[in-house]
Order: sequence, then C-alpha cells, then structure tokens
Amino acid sequence: MNRYPLWKNATVLIALVLGLLYTLPNFFGEAPAVQVASVKSTHKVDAKLMAQVEEVLKSASITPQGIVLDLTSIRVRLADTDSQIKAKDVIEKALNPVAADASYSVALNLVSDSPNWLTGMHALPMYLGLDLRGGVHFLLQVDMKGALTKRLDSTGADLRSLLRDKNIRHSGITRDGQSVTIRFRDAETREKALVYLIDNQPDLQLVEAQDGENLKLVATLKPEAQKRIQAFAVKQNITTLHNRINELGVAEPVIQQQGADRIVVQLPGVQDTAKAKDILGRTATLEVRMVDDEASANPDIIERAARGQPPPGTEYFVERGGSPLLVKKQVVLTGERLTDAQPGFDSQTQEPAVHLSLDSAGARIFKDVTRESVGKRMAIVLIEKGKGEVVTAPVIRTEIGGGRVQISGRMSTVEANDVALLLRAGSLAAPMEIIEERTVGPSLGADNIAKGFSSTQWGFIAIAVFMSAYYLLFGVVSVFALSANLLFLIALLSLLQATLTLPGIAAVALTLGMAIDANVLINERIREELRGGNSPQAAITAGYERAWATILDSNITTLIAGVALLIFGSGPVRGFAVVHCLGILTSIFSSVVVSRALVNLIYGSRRKLASVSIGQVWKPGV
Amino acid sequence: MEFFRIRKDIPFMRHALVFNVISLITFLLAVFFLASRGLHLSVEFTGGTLIEVGYSQAPDLQQIRKQLEVDGFTDTQVQNFGSSRDVLIRVPLSKGAESSKVGDQVRASLEKVGTGGTVSGTAFELKRVEFVGPQVGKELAEDGALALLLVVIGIMLYLAMRFEWRFALSAIIANMHDVVIILGFFAFFQWEFSLPVLAAVLAVLGYSVNESVVVFDRVRETFKKRRGMTTPEVLNHAITSTISRTIITHGSTQMMVTSMLIFGGPALHYFALALTIGILFGIYSSVLVASPLVMWMGVSREQFIQPKVEKQEAVV
Repeated sequence: MNRYPLWKNATVLIALVLGLLYTLPNFFGEAPAVQVASVKSTHKVDAKLMAQVEEVLKSASITPQGIVLDLTSIRVRLADTDSQIKAKDVIEKALNPVAADASYSVALNLVSDSPNWLTGMHALPMYLGLDLRGGVHFLLQVDMKGALTKRLDSTGADLRSLLRDKNIRHSGITRDGQSVTIRFRDAETREKALVYLIDNQPDLQLVEAQDGENLKLVATLKPEAQKRIQAFAVKQNITTLHNRINELGVAEPVIQQQGADRIVVQLPGVQDTAKAKDILGRTATLEVRMVDDEASANPDIIERAARGQPPPGTEYFVERGGSPLLVKKQVVLTGERLTDAQPGFDSQTQEPAVHLSLDSAGARIFKDVTRESVGKRMAIVLIEKGKGEVVTAPVIRTEIGGGRVQISGRMSTVEANDVALLLRAGSLAAPMEIIEERTVGPSLGADNIAKGFSSTQWGFIAIAVFMSAYYLLFGVVSVFALSANLLFLIALLSLLQATLTLPGIAAVALTLGMAIDANVLINERIREELRGGNSPQAAITAGYERAWATILDSNITTLIAGVALLIFGSGPVRGFAVVHCLGILTSIFSSVVVSRALVNLIYGSRRKLASVSIGQVWKPGV
Repeated sequence: MEFFRIRKDIPFMRHALVFNVISLITFLLAVFFLASRGLHLSVEFTGGTLIEVGYSQAPDLQQIRKQLEVDGFTDTQVQNFGSSRDVLIRVPLSKGAESSKVGDQVRASLEKVGTGGTVSGTAFELKRVEFVGPQVGKELAEDGALALLLVVIGIMLYLAMRFEWRFALSAIIANMHDVVIILGFFAFFQWEFSLPVLAAVLAVLGYSVNESVVVFDRVRETFKKRRGMTTPEVLNHAITSTISRTIITHGSTQMMVTSMLIFGGPALHYFALALTIGILFGIYSSVLVASPLVMWMGVSREQFIQPKVEKQEAVV
C-alpha cells in the first residue's frame, strides 16, 4: 500500500495551486502605459494628482484602461501605443508647464496586463533583464581620490574664511596633493590658528612644520573623515544620478551601489544611449576663482602659458568666445554651495543667463570676496569631464550680497538650459568613469526571448515524448513532475522578482534537462526491484526510498557549483546561477514528492496490484 | 521498451588501464592546445568594446573594415554573427582614448560606410553594444578562478564527508579533467570563451560529479550488501547496474542542450557547445576514469563496515 497522509497530499495540492497562481501573470502580457513620478521632494504623488491626471486625459478625450496609484508613481494603462504617446504629451504639458523646471517625470512604460486581483496578491510577471527587454546598463567607478581632492579644495576656501573672521593673518593657503598648507609669518599666530582650527575643523589632522624661514601648518584629512567622505561621495553621486535620470524620463531605472566604490545604472527601454551617456557622464561642477589680472595682462606670460608653462599657482584658460586668461588655482567657491540654478535672461542685456542661488555659507564667502576684490575679475569655471572652461569672467563692480549670482556670457538659450540643468541636478561629489556598458536593442531582446523560449519548449517536448514512450505511465508521471518543476520555478522567479536574463532562460532549460535525472533514477530503481521479484507495491516503495539518498547527494553537489557561481558570478553568470540554484531546489520537491503523490494516487490504493505500467521489465535468463 | 539487457556484469575494470590512458592522452592534448593556442577570451574578460549591428541587407564586411581603419580603429575584428546580415565588431581596449566612447564612434564610422562607399546606403541598427573596462575584465577572470576553486573544494569536502576521501579525490580528478578537456576544445577551435561558457563549465562540473556520486552510491551499497565480491567485481556491478540510468539521464539532458544548440541562436551557441562536450566527456570520465582511480587508491570493503563496528564497541 502506498498512500500519502492527508497533509502531504494537501501540501502538494497547495503548492501546485500557488505555483499556478503566481505563474499566471506571465501569460497576460503587457500593456502600454504612462508613468508619472515626482522629481522634487516637495511635489507628492497622491490621489489629488491622480484626479488631475484623470481630468487632463478626459479633456483630451483619451480613455485610459485603468489608473493605478502606488507609493511613488501613478501608472495610466492605455489601449495602444498611439494613445500612449498622446497621453504622455498631454500629461507632460499639464503637469510641467515650464519644461526646463519639471516637477514630475512623465515616462512611457509597460505594465502587466494581468487582472487586478492577481496584482493585488503580488503576483507579478517575471522581471526581465535588460538583455531581454532592451535598454542600457552602465557600471560606473567613482574616483575616490578625486572625492578627497575636491573636499580639500573646498576646505581651503573654508579655512581662508575662518581665519579671516578671527583676524588671524596668514601668508597663503594652498593645496598640495592630499594636504592643505597654511603659511604663517610668526609662531605666535600659528599657535593661535592651530588652537582655533582644532576646535572648528574636527575632520582635519593639523601638523606644524617648517620650511626654511616659513612656518607652516599642514592639514590632512583624518582617516575616519576620509572614509566618511568617500562613503558620502558615492551616496551623493547616486542621488545626483537619480536626479539626472529623472530628468531623462525613464520608467523604472535601477541605480544601485555595487561594492565600495561602484554604481550600477540600468535604464530599461532607453534607446538613445548617446544621450543617456552624455547626461550620466557629464560631471559638470562649478568653481568660482579669481583671475590673475596682472599676469593676464602680460602678453609674454600668456604666450608661455599657452605653451603649457603657466606661472605657478595659476591655470591657463580661454574664456568662452573671448581672450585667454590666467586663473588662480585657489578655489573661492565650489558648486556644493549651490542651492538652485535656473535658466533665464539678463535683465539689462537680455542675454541668456543662469541664475544661481547660494546657501548661507556660500553667500557669506561670496560677499567677502566681492567686497575685497572690487575692480578685479572673477572667473566662473564650469568643469566637465575633468576639463575646465571659463564661462565668463566679469569684472566685480560692487559687493554682492544675498547669495544671488547670475552667470551670463555668450551662451545660447539651449546652453543656458543645459548648464542650469546640470548644476541643479547637483554636482557629482567625485568624478566617475564608465567601466562597463551594455546596450541591447529592443529587437534583440524580443529575439532572445523567442529563442530561449523555443529551445526550452522543444527540449521539453523531446524529453516528454521519450520518457512517456520508455516508461509508459511512470514516464507520464515523470513528465507531470517535470512540468510541476517548471511551474514552481517560474512561480518562484515571479514571486521573488529575480531578474530573468538569457542565461537565466538557458538555466531553466538546463535545470529541466538535469531534473529528469531524479525520475530516471527512481524509475530505474523500481524496474530493478521488479526484476528482483518484488511485488509492485513493494517495488514502488523501495524504488522511491533507495533512490532518495542518491538524488540528494547528486543534487547537493550540483547545488555547490550553483552557489559558487552565485557568490562569484556577476552579470550574466549571476542570472544563470540564481535560476540554476532555485531550479535544483524545486526539482527535488517536484521529482520526489509530487511524482510520488501522483503514483500513490494511481496505484496506492489497489490492494491486489499485479503489474504497473513502467515499460517492459526484462529479466535475465527468461 | 528496455534498451539495456545485460546478463552479467560487464568487466569494465579489466580495461581500466586502457580507459585511463585514453583519457590521459586527451587530457595532455587539451593542455597542449591550451598552452600553445590559449583561449579566445571574450570582451568580458579582456576588456574592450563589442558591437553587434543588424543590417537590412547583407553588408560588405571588407568595406566596413576599411572604413574603420580609416577612422583610426586598428586591430578590430569584423565578422558575421549568426546570419550574413548581422555583423559583430570587436574593438580592443586602447590606451589613453576615452574607451567608453568607442561605441558611438564606431556607429559614426558605420554611417559613413553607408553613404560614401559603393554599397548603397543600407539601413542598420545597433543591436547590442558592450563595453568592458580593463579593471572589470581582470576581476571577472579572478572571480571565475575563485568560483572554480570553491566548487572543487566544496564538492571534495561534501564527498569526503558522505563517502570517503578516496571517492572525493578520484571524482574531482575525473571531473577536473573534463573541465580541462572542454577548455582544450575551446582552445583548439578558438571558440569564444565568454561568461556564459564559464557558467556552463562550472555547471558541468557539478553535473558530472553527479554521475560519479550515483556510481559511488552503488559501490557503497554493494560493498555493504554483498560479501565475497572483490573490489573490481563490486565496481563492475555498480557500473553495470547504473549504466541504463546513466545513458538515459545524459540522453535527456543532451536532448535539452541539443534543442538549445538548434533553437538558441548565436547567443547560446557556445554555451550549449560547452555543455555538449561536458556531458559527453562527463559520462566517460565519471564512470570509466573515476572508478578505476578509486580502485587503485585501494578502496575496500572494510572502509564501509568498520565505523559501525567501532560504534557498537563504544556502546558496549
């Protein structure tokens, strides 16, 4: 007698029903949709906005198939791609009246077409990787040394302003590599400065030094401060990337930290990679520095500087559309002090301009500097991809207070918009470099799905035909177990929302091909027991029991390989490993428990079982 | 149906030496080709840029090559991928230049081919661009080696625990030699060794250890159940009684892999190829190489009986 207790049968049944439910969303396909998300923290996505979106669509006589509000976005489901594009345009126009100052990102997206009750129980379709749906993947490396250098530059400016406030006279502050040097004329002042700075700059390690006549204080960043700054740099960069990508209008972007100093960016569905890369890669930061007027007026020095030998402490630049000039390396103000940047026009000349707002510390520094340097020139340097450009170098006419600054100087309206966007989206705390890029077109993605699917399909059919022919009813049971395995695997992948990639589909196929091993082992064992003269019922029991140890051993060794791939794999290998490991786990359950339940159901209750349908059992010597 | 009607245990162990010599020769050949030709590593490992372009009509590869050369891309590989309308372009890493821009530059270059050359402007689409920086490639290679090491150690520990160190050692020797042979094939034919292929190789390692486990399981069982059989006889019996399962299982897996080879397209081609070689050699080595190794290492009945006796004594 082979019967399962009720709870075991119930477990199998429940597992099958759950598997079916969570696999279901994958069959419904996807519908075109428009996704609205907030770009600014002050603008919330709520029911009010949803009502507004509804209203807008109504007035444009577009009937949405459904509008869903979740924590961060509103998704409007539409009948076809034409109305999708139309809907996007009208929503965009209504929500963002000023294109340059968008509060919401409005993006085209696809949403699952499955009924709401399925979505309500978190039954979602599998999450497709970029190689299946098309899009761009970037791996960015954050330059940690650059983060420290940048911090030291702004520290230099802070020190200058601090010492000035306390009336401590110094004879120069410069950054040399990874340290800032403050020079003093006498030891007394240095002592005073040291005491004051230790209290006010807890991040700095201050060491007294002497260089001939000169008394110096050398400031370096403490190791723990370095660590903090670097961690902050990565976070800040991620935030900045978020802002920039929001302005690109991408649905469901992925921006994640990977390891200590790397950031992964995935933009599904983005086709214009050049634009995406441009926006991501642009590391625009702003620096305000003073122009060395004396040297710039000297043609000899300028000529030498143009050949790459500028006087020490200065850098050679050519003003946008203007003359060459020498700018001091000392940074007065960095982009970190910016709170806002808006494109606009100069109130007097009507030239396109960018209006900047500074925070309180920035405003104070700016006021001090402009007061002390009336009549001198100030250079506004925009640094992109490590290359600086002097946007404008106006003469300071009067002290500028209040922290409102305007940059104007031979910019077109488009350029003003771009500069404002880049500055507003936040500067990167450290330069970044793209170290890996993967772009997949949508046609290739669809192609990959089709190929992966048909390989699995035909392989499965071949195995099913063979098993049924060779083991007859037991073969059919094995095929049922294998289908259950596929069902569980897809349900699990959908439930976990693990990323399915092409290697992942290959792993599904391979796992199925390997999972049949357990059933072959069981069926062979049963045949062998029958050959040995056991009764059918005893043979079934013994077959399952004896095969179990072997199945466990062999699956564990396969699992070891899978886990190793999971730990060390990245990218495509990881996609393979996730599916492979999950598949091994589901296959143990389905090939042993599910198939046994079915066999029990068929044969278990028959007292006098003369034979079982497992194909011909050949006995030697007969 | 019953394919295998075997009356007596097949005396595999009588030919143990022959099997091992065959496998040793294959192994040495693989090592030789690996050393002399090396692996044709994909962009993922070497770093560089890979661009897949789909044309509406079959383009003239020679012209594409020429145009790329004119635009300063030396040492690029241009070849068909899958069909005559799909072109794969590989650009190695170049020092100094902004390597992440290569994709865009190549696109610009390809556009020129369409307009300036004799080929009438055929429309093309960038299907895929992959750029990998030098540091990533190096890491991937290191991670791959580490993963292999972890698999080997993990499997050996498990087998040593479940069975005996002799089984662990011979299974790992037999299956590592599979891995080397797969790599040898890739070196000999200069097939591209990419990350999915690496995944396939490691999966094969886990899979063919499977095979040894099934045979060893039988060996253990036979040692315990039947007295009076010599070690070679036990091994012969174990192999013979599992051979039917071995062939059917591998046949089924191979059906799936063959389907991948036929329907999977170029993206899965080498992956499926590595699996095919792995499965074929896996059967051979895990059965006909691992078992003789166990025998020569001196496996015997006592190793499976002793622990039980000790336990009883301890209780008494």
